Amino acid sequence: MNNQSQYKSRVLPWIFLMPTLLVLLVFLYYPAWQSIILGLFRSNLFLGTRQFIGLENFKNLFTGPLAPAYYQVFLQTLVFSVLVIFPGLLISLILAAMTSSLGSEGKVYRILLIWPYALSPAVAGTIFSFMFNPETGAVNTILRSFTPFSPRWLDHPILAFLLVVCGCIWKNLGYNIVFYLASLQNVPKANYEAAELDGAGMITRFFRITMPLVSPVTYFLIFTNLSYALFEAFALVDLLTRGGPVGAAPLDNAGLTTFLIYKVFQDGFGGSSNMGFAAAQSVVLMVLVALITVFQFKVGEKRVHYGGAAS
Amino acid sequence: MKKKRMTHVVLSIAVFLIAFPLLFALIKATQSPGQVMSARLLPGTMFISNVRSIWENYSFYRYMLNSMKISLIIMFGKTFLSFFAAFALVFMSFRGKKVIFAFILVTLMMPTEMLIIGMFDLVSLQPPAGTAEFLAWFAHPLKVLFEPVRYGFGWTDKAVSVIVPFLASATGVFLFRQHFRNIPGSLMDASLIDGAGPWRFIFHVLFPLSRNTVGALFVVQFVYAWNQYLWPRVIIRNESAQVVQVGLKALIGNAEGVEWGQVMAGAVITMIPPLIILILLHDQFMKGIALSDSK
Repeated sequence: MNNQSQYKSRVLPWIFLMPTLLVLLVFLYYPAWQSIILGLFRSNLFLGTRQFIGLENFKNLFTGPLAPAYYQVFLQTLVFSVLVIFPGLLISLILAAMTSSLGSEGKVYRILLIWPYALSPAVAGTIFSFMFNPETGAVNTILRSFTPFSPRWLDHPILAFLLVVCGCIWKNLGYNIVFYLASLQNVPKANYEAAELDGAGMITRFFRITMPLVSPVTYFLIFTNLSYALFEAFALVDLLTRGGPVGAAPLDNAGLTTFLIYKVFQDGFGGSSNMGFAAAQSVVLMVLVALITVFQFKVGEKRVHYGGAAS
Repeated sequence: MKKKRMTHVVLSIAVFLIAFPLLFALIKATQSPGQVMSARLLPGTMFISNVRSIWENYSFYRYMLNSMKISLIIMFGKTFLSFFAAFALVFMSFRGKKVIFAFILVTLMMPTEMLIIGMFDLVSLQPPAGTAEFLAWFAHPLKVLFEPVRYGFGWTDKAVSVIVPFLASATGVFLFRQHFRNIPGSLMDASLIDGAGPWRFIFHVLFPLSRNTVGALFVVQFVYAWNQYLWPRVIIRNESAQVVQVGLKALIGNAEGVEWGQVMAGAVITMIPPLIILILLHDQFMKGIALSDSK
């Protein structure tokens, strides 16, 4: 609906746009380009050495002695993302649907469900690292007083991996519930009443009415959650596991909770700093994100049910 | 109704489970070092003393102060800049609008975390000594483009390094753009007939109408800025300039003798400012989000 009249001015729109455009150009576009250039160099942050080596960094990601670790990290990131996104969204939708089914009675629950929006991955990681510390952690202290078990949460690869997953889901519940609650506000009550008259149970209504109606939001959330799992989970990993522990046989090339962004950080700023290698990884990430975004726009729009809502 | 009661029961349990880690941290933050290590889940009396020791021994107040300053500037700056950018995109006609819009759109898929390597030199290297030196470098566009950057802003350990790169926001521009497009064109026509220029339209019509969007953006941007971690961790090396999220790591730092009661106090305090903003602006936030959803 852009048929409205507009101010005509030669200078003013550019004055309004310039700060935004400048910041984006200097701090997003140029660094993205710089990552590609740096990927062609061998460079050490601490020694300050720099040498042009062409595509070798990129080659080393996929063949040679460094490749198995990268493949493993790639695979882990994939599994991690799926485990964070889908259970997280399902829990959020169920809770949001229950809350909004209560109408005005459900108001109390709203703020109690969305407060984790203000939670940071670092705080989540800090609290978890105390709760699940194998020796001094509260969970084990409590477990020991009731049961013979006291698992070494952060030293056991699978347990540590699952802990990071749980921490991430927990932290992101607030964000997801905010969006689901907002979109459920627009669902007409009549739909549910009609279905109830037809004898549809709670579960049928959830799958037949609620899920399809919020599918545009779910679609949107899958991608924002993916971006969250790929990038923001960093703080949680850094505080909780530092990328470790290393897994058993085929998974012994890298720590099991080392994900793509953590590896960029480790390789670039860790002890044996190799900025060029880390830059090459950033470029792979950029390509990945670009592909996902194209997919999101091209494929997605057709498949999602928009429920006849005005768009 | 029986069903309703069930819903209440399930929701209450869920709410409790979600809050549990935080309640736990809150309780542990009040206990003495001895109690913290026990299974005891009753509040103690040491909260003030725990807070005082991180405040004094770990310069936690500096972290909080730094984070507060950075987050508020980003929150206001981002909202302000994206308001005007969106205004130009919706209410003004100029050439190249589509290209500009695409230019902003693309940055939605460029999270800063992904760019830390490319940003590091640019932000941390020393700037050229003078204009002449800068121009000598800038005069060779091929070198500027195809070689690793030679000069930077020299912002290591300075708050600007965590502020300026985050002042522009595609999210903000979109939220405002969406909101502006829903404003009836007749409003602007009326203000045109009154002979009001763009400034009067902005201040008398648009601002008052944008309360929800501004509120929603305040929450989103404050929380985003407050929760930043990876970039400050990399670019800020000096403790006294560090932000609170990374400061938490310093609290746990030497894993040997961690005072977990103090660490939990730190975690709880870190959460308070964004929580206050969220609660204060809760209504606008929900309305603003609902609006963005009607895309």
